[in-house]
Parts: sequence; C-alpha cells; structure tokens
Amino acid sequence: MLAFLLRRVIQAAAVLAVVGLIAFAMFRFAGDPVNQIVGPDTTVAERAQIRTDLGLDDPVLVQFARYAGNVVRGRFGISYQFRQPVSQLLAERMPATLELAFCATIFALVVGILMGVYCALFRDSWLAGLFQAVSLIGISLPTFLIGILLIYLFSVTLGWLPSYGRGDTVRLGWWTTGFLTASGLKALILPSVTLGLFQMTLIMRLVRAEMLEVLRTDYIRFARARGLTTRAVHLRHALKNTLVPVITIAGLQLGSVIAFSIITETVFQWPGMGLLFVQAVQNVDIPIMSAYLLLVALIFVTINLVVDILYTVVDPRLRLSTGRAA
Amino acid sequence: MTEKILSVRDLTVAFDTRRGPLTAIDRVSFDIHRGEILGVVGESGAGKSVTGAAVIGLIDRPGRIAGGEILLRGERIDNLSPEAMRRVRGRRIGMIFQDPLTSLDPLFRVGDQIVETLRTHTDLSGRAARTRAIDLLAEVGIPAPERRIDGYPHEFSGGMRQRVVIALALAAEPELIIADEPTTALDVSVQAQIITLLKRLCREHGTAVMLVTHDMGVIAEAADRVAVMYAGRVAEIGPVASVIAKPHHPYAVGLMGAIPTLSQEAARLSQIPGSMPRLTAIPKGCAFNPRCPKVFSRCRVERPEPIPVDASRVACHLYDAAERAA
Amino acid sequence: MSGYDLDAGDAPPVPLPEAAPSRLARWRDSDLLASFLGSKTAMAALIATVLMVGLAFASSWIAPQNPYDPAQLDLINSNLPPIWQADGQAPFYLGTDDQGRDVLSAVLYGLRLSLIVGVLGVLTSGVLGIALGLIAGYAGGALDTLIMRVADVQLTFPAILIALVVDGVARASFGGALDVGPLIGLIVVSIGLSFWVQYARTVRSSVMVEKGKDYVQAARLIGLSPPVILVRHVLPNVTGPVFVIATINLALAIITEATLSFLGTGLPETMPSLGTLIRTGNRFLFSGEWWIVAFPGLALAGLVIAINLLGDWLRDALNPKLQ
Repeated sequence: MLAFLLRRVIQAAAVLAVVGLIAFAMFRFAGDPVNQIVGPDTTVAERAQIRTDLGLDDPVLVQFARYAGNVVRGRFGISYQFRQPVSQLLAERMPATLELAFCATIFALVVGILMGVYCALFRDSWLAGLFQAVSLIGISLPTFLIGILLIYLFSVTLGWLPSYGRGDTVRLGWWTTGFLTASGLKALILPSVTLGLFQMTLIMRLVRAEMLEVLRTDYIRFARARGLTTRAVHLRHALKNTLVPVITIAGLQLGSVIAFSIITETVFQWPGMGLLFVQAVQNVDIPIMSAYLLLVALIFVTINLVVDILYTVVDPRLRLSTGRAA
Repeated sequence: MTEKILSVRDLTVAFDTRRGPLTAIDRVSFDIHRGEILGVVGESGAGKSVTGAAVIGLIDRPGRIAGGEILLRGERIDNLSPEAMRRVRGRRIGMIFQDPLTSLDPLFRVGDQIVETLRTHTDLSGRAARTRAIDLLAEVGIPAPERRIDGYPHEFSGGMRQRVVIALALAAEPELIIADEPTTALDVSVQAQIITLLKRLCREHGTAVMLVTHDMGVIAEAADRVAVMYAGRVAEIGPVASVIAKPHHPYAVGLMGAIPTLSQEAARLSQIPGSMPRLTAIPKGCAFNPRCPKVFSRCRVERPEPIPVDASRVACHLYDAAERAA
Repeated sequence: MSGYDLDAGDAPPVPLPEAAPSRLARWRDSDLLASFLGSKTAMAALIATVLMVGLAFASSWIAPQNPYDPAQLDLINSNLPPIWQADGQAPFYLGTDDQGRDVLSAVLYGLRLSLIVGVLGVLTSGVLGIALGLIAGYAGGALDTLIMRVADVQLTFPAILIALVVDGVARASFGGALDVGPLIGLIVVSIGLSFWVQYARTVRSSVMVEKGKDYVQAARLIGLSPPVILVRHVLPNVTGPVFVIATINLALAIITEATLSFLGTGLPETMPSLGTLIRTGNRFLFSGEWWIVAFPGLALAGLVIAINLLGDWLRDALNPKLQ
C-alpha cells in the first residue's frame, strides 16, 4: 500500500509540474508582460531595460526555474488590474470560495446519497420517479440558469433569501467567515444549492446505480438467506458496499466544485476566487489566471490523494494485511 | 420413518413476463426427513435452484409462487408475511450458495458476520455470540479460529470461505439447510472435504439437507435420496442407490448412463440427443417426449403423474399399470 | 455451467458475436428503430430537437426583426411585456428588452448561434479526439503514453475551466478586440480542446482491440499504410460509441458556450447567443422584466434537455462499452 501511495504522490507531483508549465507559459508568452507594466510613452530603450530587469531575456529554462521558485514561495506576480500581489488577492477571497464549496459539498453528499439510496430501495415508487426526473433536469440545466431560477423564486418572488454577496462576515485572523452570522448563513443557502446541485444529481445517480448493482450480489442474497432484517441488509451491508466505489468518483467530482464555483460566484456576485478569475479572464489579467489555475490544480491533486487514502481505509481488501492473515 | 422436516406439495413457480407468465417450476412435490440429505439433480435450467429459492422464500422478482404449498414440520411457510418468513430464514432454514468467494460481505470481518447472524436469531450477548462464533469456526474445521475470526473474507481461501459460509448457515441451528451447488466453484480436492464436512455436521445436528447440484458424483457421494428434475418437473425421485443402479425414467436412465467420476464433467449428457426445452417452449404432455427414445403417442398428449415403481416414484407413462399390461 | 441457465435468474442469453459487418443490414435488423418507436420520451425529444433546429435555421425568415441590426431597434419599443400581458404589442410576441430588441427574434437568432457553435465545437473535439485516439492506439509506446497522460491531467479539470483558460489566453495573445467571426472560432476551439478526451479514450481502446485482429494484420500484409488501415477498417467499428459521445457532448458544448457567454467571455451583446441574452436579461430580474431572461433561459433549457434525452436513449439502445 505504501508503494501505491508513493506512486500516487509522484503522479500528483507530475500533474502539478505539467500545470505549472502551462501556467508559466501563459504567464510568460500570452501577451507581453512589459506592456502591462509600462505606459504608452515609454521608449524602446527603457522597454529593453525593463525586459532585462525582469529577466525576460534569460533562457526559458532559467525563467521557468525562477517562476517555479517564486510560486513555491507564494509569489504569483502582480495583478495587471489591481496592481496588487496576486497571492494577497487570492488569500482575501479564498475563505469565501472554500466556505461555499464546503457547504455545497455537504449538501451534494447528504442529499445525493439519501436520494440515491431511496431510489435504489424503492425503485418503483412515484417519489423515486420524481427524484429521477429532478436529477435529469439537474444534470441537464446549466448551473447559471439554476442560479437565476433560484434567485427569481426565493429572492425576487418570495423575498426570503439574499440574491448576492456573503451577508455579514466575521473576521478570524486572516480568515473571514459567514458561518457566525444569521445573514451570512442565509446568504450561503442559494449559492450552495446552486453549486452543489449538479454534483448532487451525479452522486444520486451513481449511488442508485451502484446500490442496485450491490443488491443483486451474492453476499446480499446470502445476507437475506441468513434472515437478517431488511434494515441490516440494506443499511449495513448494501449501503457500505455501495459507498466504497462511490467515494472515489464522488471525491473527484467534489474536487471540481471549487472550479465550478466560478459560475455560481458570478451569478451570486460571491466575492470568492472564482469571481476574481472570471474578472481576470474578462480583463486579460494573466498573473491571476495562471495563479488560479495552479491553485485549483493543487486543491484537486490534494483531494485525489485524500480520496485514495480514504479508499484504503474503507476497503479492507486494499489495506496492508499486517501478519494476521496468511 | 423419521420425522418429516420439509414437505413440498405441488409447488408451482411462475415468472411474470410481458408475454404472460412462464412456469419455471411445475407441480413439484417431495419430502425431506430429519437428518436426511435429498439430492436435487438436473441440467442447468431444470429449476433446481428456483425450487431451493422458493423453499427459503427468496425468489427474485418477477418470479412468484403460483401454486402448491411448502410445509416446514407441518406448518405452511409459503404464505407467511415477509417479516415472519425472514424469521424462518437463517433460524429454521439455512442456506449455502454456490460461490463462497462472493457469498460473504467483503467489507465485514468474518466473525462480525457470524455474530450478526447469531444476534439476529438468538438473544446471546455480544460476548457469548463471539464465543459461539469461535466454536462454530472450529466446528467447520477452521484452524486457529480465535485468530481467524477477526479476518476479512479476502484473507481466506475458497475452501475456507465455504467452511465459513457453512458455519453461517448452521449458526442458529436450523432444521433444514438448502445447499445450492455448494461445491461447484471449488477445486476438486476441496469439494470432497466440503461434502464430508456437510455430511458429518448434518448427521451430528440431525439437520435435513436439500442438496442442489448438477453433479451426479456429488449426489452419489452425499445424498440419501435423489430427485431428478427436468424442465421444472420431478422426473424421478428415490433412494440414491436404487436410482443410480436402476433408474426408471428414460431421462434418468440417460443421466445415469453418463455419470462421471467426481473429477470429470465433460460430455455429461452426450447420450441424450437434443437439449432441454426453453421455458417458452415446453412441449405438451411429457416435457421429455421430443428427446425420449421410448416415446409413444400418449406421451405427447398427457402429462405423466408420479407413480411408485420399486422404491422410487417415477413420472413416466411406461410404468403405468395399463401400459405395462398392454 | 454452460448454456442457458434459469437458475442464474432471468438474464437474457448472451448474444452471439456479430458476423461480418454490413452496416446497413445491421441498422435495419437492429432493435434501434423498434426501440426508438417504442420510447415516447425519445420520440418527444427528437420532435423537440428537430423543431428547435428548424426554428433556429428559419430564424432569418420567421423572426419579426433582425436583432443583430441596430438600425431595426427602436427605443420606443423598449421593455414591452409579452403579448398576453396588458401592455403587450404585436409583433413583439414575447416582449422586448431595454434596447427595444424583440425577445422572440433574439431567442431564435440566439438559438441558431448556440447550435452552430455547439455543433462546430463537437466536430472539433471529435476530430481532435478521434485523431489522437487513433494515433495513440496504433502507435503505442511513448506517443501513446504522452497523449494519454495529457488526457489524464486534463480530465482532472472541468471543461468549463479549460475553455475559460483557452479563451483568456487567446484574448491575451490577440489583444482585446476580436471580430465576431474569429471570436466564434475561438469559442469553438476552446470547446474542442475541452472535450476531446472521451473520444480519444474510446477510440484508443477500440483500436487496441482491433489492432490484433486478423483482418488488420492481413491489411498490413498486403501493404496498406497505417492511415488507410485506421480510417478504412478500424474507424467504422467505433462509430457507435463515438456517435453517442457526440450527442451527449453536443448538449455539453451548448452549455459551455452559453456559460462562457454568460460569464461575459463569450459572444458579445451586439451578436447575442442564448447565454449572452441570459447575461443581459439577468439584470432586469429585479425590476420586473422577467421575460427578457425567461425566454432565452427556457429555450436553452429545452434544447439541452431534449438533446440529453436523445443521447440517453441512444446510449441505452446502442449500449456501447463507455467507461
């Protein structure tokens, strides 16, 4: 198992290196960095001087090494639009995105698993049919359309929930949280549902399909033949076996919640990293784009690793048998 | 004669399809007595396993019991409520499936699965159930049971897993065990061990056994009486020795003519031309008539009822007194 | 056990391997048509799709207005509600926006634009993915490893993020102002680069299987060159799965374009797609002009759901081994 994890860590590092290369290429070659720094009346000589100062005339490999060194120390350059260090901009907005992603993930997992299990156990009931129809819509409709629909329903028509922003936040050191105020919590509901809905439907379909599969296995038949209660058969044996493969795929999907929050944050004007990234794309702010890409890659890779470890914890077959067995 | 444990009377099982019900089991009757092993033999699709599933109340949709009755010690169990039937399963009827590799839940420790079964059916405390589980494992011949009880199924070999399955089936001391092809998935060398074990345990506990198999070698080895099934009907039922030595039904004659040694399965039915009919195309009269070397006109019209011949009961017009006289 | 086995449940018998593929005959004899006629959802989805495609491409003739032509817009007609409301006016059946643009016309033209971009995006990703899949599968070795590793890395990111990055980088490289034509090309390429992986994987695994078969060996022996073998002999075997992926990806491509436009990094307001219309209409949600966003939203939702239903049915009917 150690070898397995080691291989995974190496793979993760390789992914990060590739993304780093792409981020560097963007940073260096998309548009001329000099243009972003100087005014229109700068002379050619001055431009050349700046090029040399920035090290843009060095061999590409040297530049990449320098870039990588900076990135590792958290230096992503200066934003073209804001004239501020990118790392500072990202750090300010990270809590908003992570809190949103966390709530969306919890929503997707809890509701998705519950609905999936229900649909598998009562596959012929009308409620299961309804869930299936809802899941088809959830999987078909673009996120931003769902967000707009929810805003129209719960903000414009009913006036229950805010349509934009985080509400009141509390500052805890460098972290700002919306969890501690009523308005902050209310503001989280619609964006979390919007962001989590797609993942929720995926998890629901996955759990349903997987559980139907598990219910057909011999060990479930045998569990029934042993006279175990329906409850024990379904909720102990079938559910646990269903969730093992679901963990991997759900884990990977949930990683993408961070990236998908780009859309949700735009719809709800949520002051997170995603909104920052969209503004960067609109305004061709390359340093922010490349830094965001790297950050998302890092989060993804970390989640994948955690999922792999979790998987070995849940499934005894993957665990290292420590001398107990033959 | 000793006490009747199981009595099956005119059992009929139908599968509802879009083109109407298909009769998989057609008026099957047999008894099993205390401490007796009844072998049920036939080709794939003859309805052996469905009969076993019907007795333990585990026929999968769209199958259902369409007629007849099943009596366990004289009480009907085919019309019990699902909850009452669940209490019968495991407690009064145990079951052993074909493939030990897939019969055990891979995510639960072997001991936990035994303890769970015991605690479902008895009021043993957790500690007492664990002690009993260790005893059971010892009884089915698992070495170092106090250590292996905490192992996961994948840490056991196929033969050892089948021993665990037998321990599970015997856990609550049922009166009847249905063993559905218990040795088919095992190595030949292990097959004999498992059969010996099953025989010994049933003798010791006085358990009745319905041993479903397509392997006449296993029947010859283990069973006291044998029922030969063909196309969902019992063709012949009688003491093993006499059925093997002197079969009466032409199908049984063909089957016995092809008895392999324990290790050999090839060309088992090569002496009977043709193949068993599909459920959708069971011929009128005797189901065997298109393949029967001794067919005559009555066989194509009238279904033969079982009649006593020597120590057996045979469903064949050849042995009808009127035909014999003719 | 051999042969059919009732004991194992009511599973259908394993189909025999298909004989030499006469594809026309296979289509005729297959259950595809019967299954299609038997599925009301598939029928409804097909009718809806065909209807929307027809409306979209007839938009120049049937739309009351050309929404791309500023000369036809009149501020007097701005913010009119749909015809069934008190202030509604013909010919603005679905109302107008703040520029006096007819919502019905804008939706029809937007539908056309969304479809064009979607189809072109699917074609681009399909061609790219199939080509890379064929190369990876046939060449094997280092080239195969390289292509599939890139695919793995890319799969860890959602398509929309990749499309956004490609879009952003291109904007940076070409400078801000692009004409509509190149802009559409840019979006198509963004989509193409976001969705090629699934084709490549499917085609590659199929090539790996076919490569070892006798007829490919024979073709190689008689001196056919690898590209000919690939295109003539291997490609026809993967059309089913590729077609299913394409159908499902069409919905995804349309969503991606709409999302890019909604985020303000897609098509401009002067030539709005459905996504752009929703972006602009979203501003009027609070002032009560719901129709400006509702009808483009409905059109997009209807189109995507219909195509998805078709794709689902097609996947079940063809049942290819998609991972």
